This record gives sequence, C-alpha cells and structure tokens, in this order.
Amino acid sequence: MKNDQAKKYGMVIDLDKCTGCGACMVACMAENNIPFKEDESNKLDSITWMRVYQLTNGKPYPETDICYIPRPCMHCEGDHGHSPCVSVCPATATDYSQKTGIVSQIYTRCFGCRYCMAACPYHARYFNWWDPVWPNGMEKFLNPSVSPRMRGVVEKCSFCFHRHQLAMNKAFVEGRRELEENEYQTSCAQACPSGAIAFGDLNNPKHTVNQLAQPDNAHGGQPKNPEVFRLLEKLGTNPKVYYVSSREWVRRAGDNYLKNENPGKAH
Amino acid sequence: MKMDRRSFLSFVIGGAAGTALSPLPWKVTDDLAIWSQNWSWTPVPEDGEVGYVNTTCSLCPGGCGITVRKVGDRAVKIEGMKGHPVNDGGICILGLAGLQFLYGPSRIASPMRRTGERGENKWQKISWEEAISEVSKKLADLRSKNQSHALACISGYDGGTVPRLFERFLTVYGSANFVRTPAVRDSYELGLYLMQGTQANAGFDVENADYILSFGCGIIEGWGSPVRMFKANSHWKETGVKVTQVEPRLSNTAAKSDQWIPIKPGTEVVLALGLARVIVDESLYRREFIASHTAGFDRFVQNVLKDYPPEQVEKVTGIDKAVVVSLAKTFAAAKKPLAICGRGRGAGSESAGEIMAVYALNALVGNINQKGGVWAIPDPNYIRWPELEMDAQAAAGMQKPRVDGAGSKKYPHIRNLLHRLPEMINSTDASPVQALFVLEANPYYSVSDSAFVRKAWKKIPFIVSFSSFMDETAANADLILPNHVYLERHEDIPGAEGFIKPIIGLAKPVVNPQFDTLHAGDTIIRLAKMMGDPIAKAFPWEDYEACLEETFGDKWEALGEKGYWIDAGFEPSPWNKAFETASKKFEFASDDIGASFQNAVVKAEGEESAYPLLLIPYDSPRISAGRIGNPPFVIKTVADTVIKGKNGFIEVNPKTAIALGLSEGKSAVISTPRGSAKVRIHLFEGIMPGVVAMPTGLGHTAYDSFLAGKGVNINELIGPVEDGSSGLNAAWGIRAKLGKA
Repeated sequence: MKNDQAKKYGMVIDLDKCTGCGACMVACMAENNIPFKEDESNKLDSITWMRVYQLTNGKPYPETDICYIPRPCMHCEGDHGHSPCVSVCPATATDYSQKTGIVSQIYTRCFGCRYCMAACPYHARYFNWWDPVWPNGMEKFLNPSVSPRMRGVVEKCSFCFHRHQLAMNKAFVEGRRELEENEYQTSCAQACPSGAIAFGDLNNPKHTVNQLAQPDNAHGGQPKNPEVFRLLEKLGTNPKVYYVSSREWVRRAGDNYLKNENPGKAH
Repeated sequence: MKMDRRSFLSFVIGGAAGTALSPLPWKVTDDLAIWSQNWSWTPVPEDGEVGYVNTTCSLCPGGCGITVRKVGDRAVKIEGMKGHPVNDGGICILGLAGLQFLYGPSRIASPMRRTGERGENKWQKISWEEAISEVSKKLADLRSKNQSHALACISGYDGGTVPRLFERFLTVYGSANFVRTPAVRDSYELGLYLMQGTQANAGFDVENADYILSFGCGIIEGWGSPVRMFKANSHWKETGVKVTQVEPRLSNTAAKSDQWIPIKPGTEVVLALGLARVIVDESLYRREFIASHTAGFDRFVQNVLKDYPPEQVEKVTGIDKAVVVSLAKTFAAAKKPLAICGRGRGAGSESAGEIMAVYALNALVGNINQKGGVWAIPDPNYIRWPELEMDAQAAAGMQKPRVDGAGSKKYPHIRNLLHRLPEMINSTDASPVQALFVLEANPYYSVSDSAFVRKAWKKIPFIVSFSSFMDETAANADLILPNHVYLERHEDIPGAEGFIKPIIGLAKPVVNPQFDTLHAGDTIIRLAKMMGDPIAKAFPWEDYEACLEETFGDKWEALGEKGYWIDAGFEPSPWNKAFETASKKFEFASDDIGASFQNAVVKAEGEESAYPLLLIPYDSPRISAGRIGNPPFVIKTVADTVIKGKNGFIEVNPKTAIALGLSEGKSAVISTPRGSAKVRIHLFEGIMPGVVAMPTGLGHTAYDSFLAGKGVNINELIGPVEDGSSGLNAAWGIRAKLGKA
C-alpha cells in the first residue's frame, strides 16, 4: 500500500443554501480553541478563522437582495504552492503541503511580523494582539488536539488539520493508507445545518467537492461548473475554496469585474 | 594598543557586522519568541480518553439530538447527533456554543439568599437545606392564611416531567397559576381547537410540501425546530420547491426565498383572506375536501367575498392586486402547497384571526392532515401519575380563577396569558401574586413593556428563581435555587416544535454537576416532602430520577439507550376521523370562531400623528432571544452593524433616514408610547420605508460582561396588544418616532 496520490483538500460552499446563520463560525471557534473578548465588535481584531460576510446587490428597496458568504482560509495553491502568505513568511511558520494542499501555520515558529497578513488578499489571517483569556472554568472545554495560541502570533483556518491527523492515525492502525471522504471533515462542514459546505479531495472524482466544482487543474484549478466561482480569481492565487451561486450578481461580487466582463471567463 | 578613531569604528562596525552574520541575533529572536509563547497563563488543555455521549438539547423547543465529545471528564465539543429523526447530524449556532453555558461565568454556584435590595446583586450563600426550608416556611405561611392561590409559577415550558412536577405541586398546594411563557404554539393550538376540535400541536410536513407560502416566518431564523427547517430549506433548493416570503423586511428567509413580497406590517391576515377570496372566487379550492369534510364554508365565503376583494387587499397591505391574484393562483395550483405563519422564530403568539386565516388557506387546498400539509400531532400522553388527593385548602385554591385570566369566561380556550400578569398585579393594591416561582424562564427580561413589568415585580413579595444562570430574573429574585444545566441532568424533552411525529427526547448528564446545584425536579420533590401531607403525599418518589424511571416504566431502558423515543409509524388521522368539532368536520366558521376574522387586523399601539414610523422586532439566528442569553461565541458573530461597542443599531431605510436628517452610524433616539432608547442608525435597503426594525435578544442587564449592556432590549419599547377575540398577545410592533440624539 502506497500513498503516492497527492491530495488537494478543498471546499465548495453553496451560497444558495447558506443561510448566514453563523453556525460554521461557532463550530470553528469551539473546535479550534479560538479566544473571545468582551467586545468583539471591532472586526479588525476579532479572531474568526471562519467569517461569514454579507453581500448586497446594492439595489434600492424593494429590489435589494442580500447573500451571505462564509470565508475560511482559501488554502491558496498559487503557482506550484507559492501561495501569497507562504511566499513572504521569513520564519517558515506557514507552508504549503504538496501532500494535502493545506497551508499550515506553526504558532511556535511565528514571531509575529505579520507579513503574511499583509500578503493575504482574503483577510483570512489574524494576529493575537493579546494573550487569550478564558473566564474562570471555561478553559475546561478547550480541545487538546489544538494548541491555544498566545500573544504575538498569527493564526488562521487550518482546514481542521488535527482532524486529518486523527483520521490518518486511525486509518494506519486499521492498516489503511487512504481516508474515506467522511472520515476527514472540517468542523464547519460537519456542523453546517444547511449542508452548504462540502469538503473533500478536489483531485478525487468520487468526492462531492470535485463533482461540484469540476476544477480544471490544467488552468490553475478554475471551475468548469459555470455556477461556481472563486474569490479574487484574477489574482491567480489559485484558492481551494469554491463557491456556488445561481445568482449572477453574487458571482460577480467575487472579484472586480468590468461591466461587460463575464465572471465565468476570468482569464 | 592605542584606540584611535579609526580602530574604534572598525571595531564597532566589524563587531556589528560579525554579530549580524553570526546566528546569535536570530537565535536570540527565536528564543525570545519561544519564551514569550510559553508564559504559564496560556493554558495547555489536558489530554485524556476521548468519548462521546448522546443527549438531547433543550436550549430551545427544537428537540435536537446532540453528541457531546468528552476528553477525560471534560466536555469539549457539542455536535449534532447523526441519525436523529429531527436534526440528523445538523446543529445550530446556539447548540454549538452550549458548553459556554455549562462552564460559563454567569452560572450560579450554590443556593443564594438576597441580602441587599433586589437587583443590587448582593447575595449570601446558603445550604440547600436552609434554602428549601425557607421556601417551605413562606408557602406554609401563605397557605395558613388561605392564600394558596397567591402562589404562581412562570415556566419556560410545560411538557415533560419537570414542569409537570411543578404544576402538580401548585395543584396540590392549591393554586391554578402555572403560567407558561408565550409562543406561537399557543395560537396554533387555539386554531386547531377551534377549527378541528382537537387538543393537539401543529406539525408541518415541510419536507413533502411543493410550495411554501410563509407569512413572516423566520424559516431559517429559528422558526419551528431550527435545524430541521434549515435542512428543509436546502431540500427545497435541491428539489425546486418555491418559497414565497411575505414580510416587511428582507430577512434572511426573505433573501433566500424565491419571491419576497414586502407587506405593510400587521396586515398579513388581510392578504391571507384576500388569497382565500381569489381561490373561492375562481373556484380553485379542492372540492373533495370542502364538500364532505368542512362546515361553515358558506359563511366563510360570504365574509371573504364581501370584505376582501383584491382592490381592498391592495389598499390595506400595499401589495399590487395583480400580485395578490397571481399569488393565490400559484398557491392553489401547486400539488401540495403549504401556508405557514408565526412571525420570526415564533417566540410570540399571533392573533386568532391570523392563525385561522392561514389554516383556512390550507383547508381550501385540502392539505389538512395530508402529505405536505398541516398535521394535528397529539401529545405523547405518557405522564400518568397517581391521582392527587387534595385537601379542602387545595380544592378551594384551585377553584379560584387564574391570575392571568386564561381559561376564564372571557378567554375560554387559552391556557396561558403571561402578558396579562403585570397588568393584573399593577391594577390592584395588594398583588394577587404573593409568591412566585420562575422555572427555566426569564420573564423580568422577556415580557414586553419592561417598565410596567418592573413595577409589577416590585409588588410581588417573594420571588424564587430556579435558574442556572444569573439572568435578569434571578438577579431580581429573593432566593435562587439553581438548577443543573441541561448537560448535567436527566430530563425528558417531549416534542420538537412543528415536527410531524410524536417524539420524546432524553437529556442525560454528560458531566457531573460543576457546582453545588440541584435538579429542579429534586428541589420540588424535596420541598413537597418538607411541607408535609397532603402535599408530600402527592410526591411518592424518593427523588426525581425515581420519578422519571417510573414514568417511563418499561420504556426507560430503550429510551436511555437510544436517547429518544419516536412513534415512527405515526400517520395523521384521515379526514373522516380527524375532526372533533360539533359537526365532526373542519369548521371554517362557527359560533366559537365568531368574530375572530372581523377582528383580524391587530393595530399597532400609538397615534400616527405623534409616532409616524412603525417599529418592528426582528429575530436573528445569531442572537438568542429566548429564556437564555447569547453566549460569548455567539455574540462574537454578531455584525458590527447590529452592535458596535455597547451601542445597538436600528435598521432604517435610507429614504426614511434622509427625511429625518439621519445617516449611517449616527446616534438617534427611538421613542414609542412605552419608552425610548438611544440607538445608532444602520441604513438598510431591505426594510420598507416608514418601518424601522430592531433585533430581539439584546439589551441584557444581567448575565456576564460579554453580553450585558450591549444594545437595547426591545421589550422596553413594545407593549402587549391583546387580540380581542382570543386574549392572546398579538403585538407585532408599535408606532414610533426617530430623532437625532
């Protein structure tokens, strides 16, 4: 049994199904020991690996429409693993795994220069301006699979990598080298009550994400499904988070398009 | 060696260059970083054996199954229970944050007696023995003065053994005043009773409907059983089921629907009857049902033909008459159309007229007790305790009318009317309530017209809270007998809101009690025993656990294993057996229904001249507005256009704002006939001009520093508006004015 087939874990989020309820955000916080402060209304310093943004079509009442868009780390592949943040990290605290396609973040290596935050076009990275404080007793619900971070380091969504490790451990014990699709799911995908988040191996045609997004690996992973788009597609970051929407104005909101430009044909 | 300028500079520069080239600075930087990352106050979560416990969530009436992940003896994560008939693996935002209730800072650690003034937050820890005997003495005293009917209990729920034990205690003590907090199910129950003659809960077969017409229901904002509705919404998207949302505000539900029809708030019932008229007028109704299984159809038809022509509907609702006609046709043309109502998450009752208008729509298309329709779900009648032996005092007390007027001649079919309680207390010199129990409810915060509630509160001499948390009610009580939280206790959770099968969930202790708390079921049993016969005699069980086991009998083991009991084969009664009205048919009109439709439109309080705007509350899935305050994780997800710092925002259409000279983020004062509050402006194109909206569930004064003081409690601004025919509180908003601060 050999494991030479490289994985490319990614996500497809159905914005028609997403209701903006925010369950993914809390599922993430609970799984990943994300701290909280008394006032979290300054969203610049509010740590949310998964954040749900609200989009509007900008039209006046009653033609106005809104849509919610969950934004985890995009785990950009860039060009052969040169994702924006990995390229600028002087401490090799963040790296692109060719085996899983996951962009890692190693807190104990990070010394807080925040170059990666400047480089990330998705605002997916957060800096710990303070040491985390859990009210007395609340440290009891901390998850031992994820280390709590400390002041002075950057953190971000890991696609719940610890779940990958746990699943792989289990598989190895059982003499397997491959995971089933449902064995490794992120906390947000598992929790989403609408079933809007699909997670899996984009390279595996049996996985839902592959079937939904139909990524074209010859062209930087661009989706072949015309209702699927990626955020800031034109930057060439080659993100692994895809979005589905039947509404054109939503797809157009994913990047800065010219008036007559078709979002489906960005390049 | 002589140190000249040249050699000094070479030494310094050379030294600096040498150091920079050496690994030293990098090593030091790195070490510093590592050192600063190992400060002792960053916790290292303890590792241990991983285990999973299945239980039932009772944070809302949704009845979802949850699986709690444990590491050692700590609970670390709550997830949805796979295969559960209600939520099958899904979970909502509040359920996910449940551990923040269990381990949270607002938990009450032991029984406490108030020492300062009410609300001053000065407490003295006391023992359970002392706490229960204090209650026992007060109640014995009240009873000895023939005032047993002056004991009342406000409860957040009334199904299941715990509230039933409280109700049993009140009965044998001699008081009929067990009052459940309001919910839209009050209206549904009334509608089912009046039109079908059944005592049942309403179930909605949303998964099998092929067209949904929603009168303001927050389908994806917590209406019904939230996770089930989220799943249904996704199912509709996959199968092409269309949803029409009728609502004055572009809620999440409206945004996700296929058609959003903005309507003047409070006029939904007129639209419903207008649609009924088109369906009748164009003979689009299902004859096989109407002809053989309904009564009063002609009276109903006369009424709607006369009063609700499309032109009239357009005038009242602001919806174009062509839209009204086409909506009626779409509804009637669908194979299994379903009309639902209950604004927002259905946390309040609606007028009898509105509920019956919507039932009538469903009846016209014959989807009563049919696939994809409205079902009458009987209570799983499993609590059969020994008959009560009542003494003269108890019998006399039970004869006294209820303090909220429910069940009286004026309001014969209603079981709970909590909104009337403040008025009943304030309108007399001596409060008719001399002692108050509060179980799993937070009336001090959640009953509308807060100022009036506070006034009534002051007149109640003795208030006992059974809350696990320092909520507003507990903070303003005299004695707190803290309950275990739901993850620490056994309890049966019957029913799941709007679900179509009878189901009983079992909550199990996931962890040991974290504090010196006691199961409310045990507290009431111990109190009864302390009070002696005849009250003690009504509670023959050693403790709550014994009571629960005995209640379920031979079902107990299976229930414990599976975590729930379900009547999976349940089918609604066929038409020829379903209706228990006098005519044994579905009644569109009867003497009991009488004037309900005529009184259908519930007006907002206040004069238009003084208050030109309409203020409506809105429910957000990210703000818990029930008996439980938002935990830190969930409040963190609230947008900065809803709360910024401590300021709460009000949603205003830009057109309205321009007319008032207000712009985004500006401070303003919202005033209504019931009160006023400082808010900030959030411009939102999704709200009808002339209408302003504020979220429910904010403006807490108690709980923890993560929640308290943020935003405005909308109950400070809105008062109850009684539906003339049923007595239910049918307030959907209030007239208001907005001005610069």
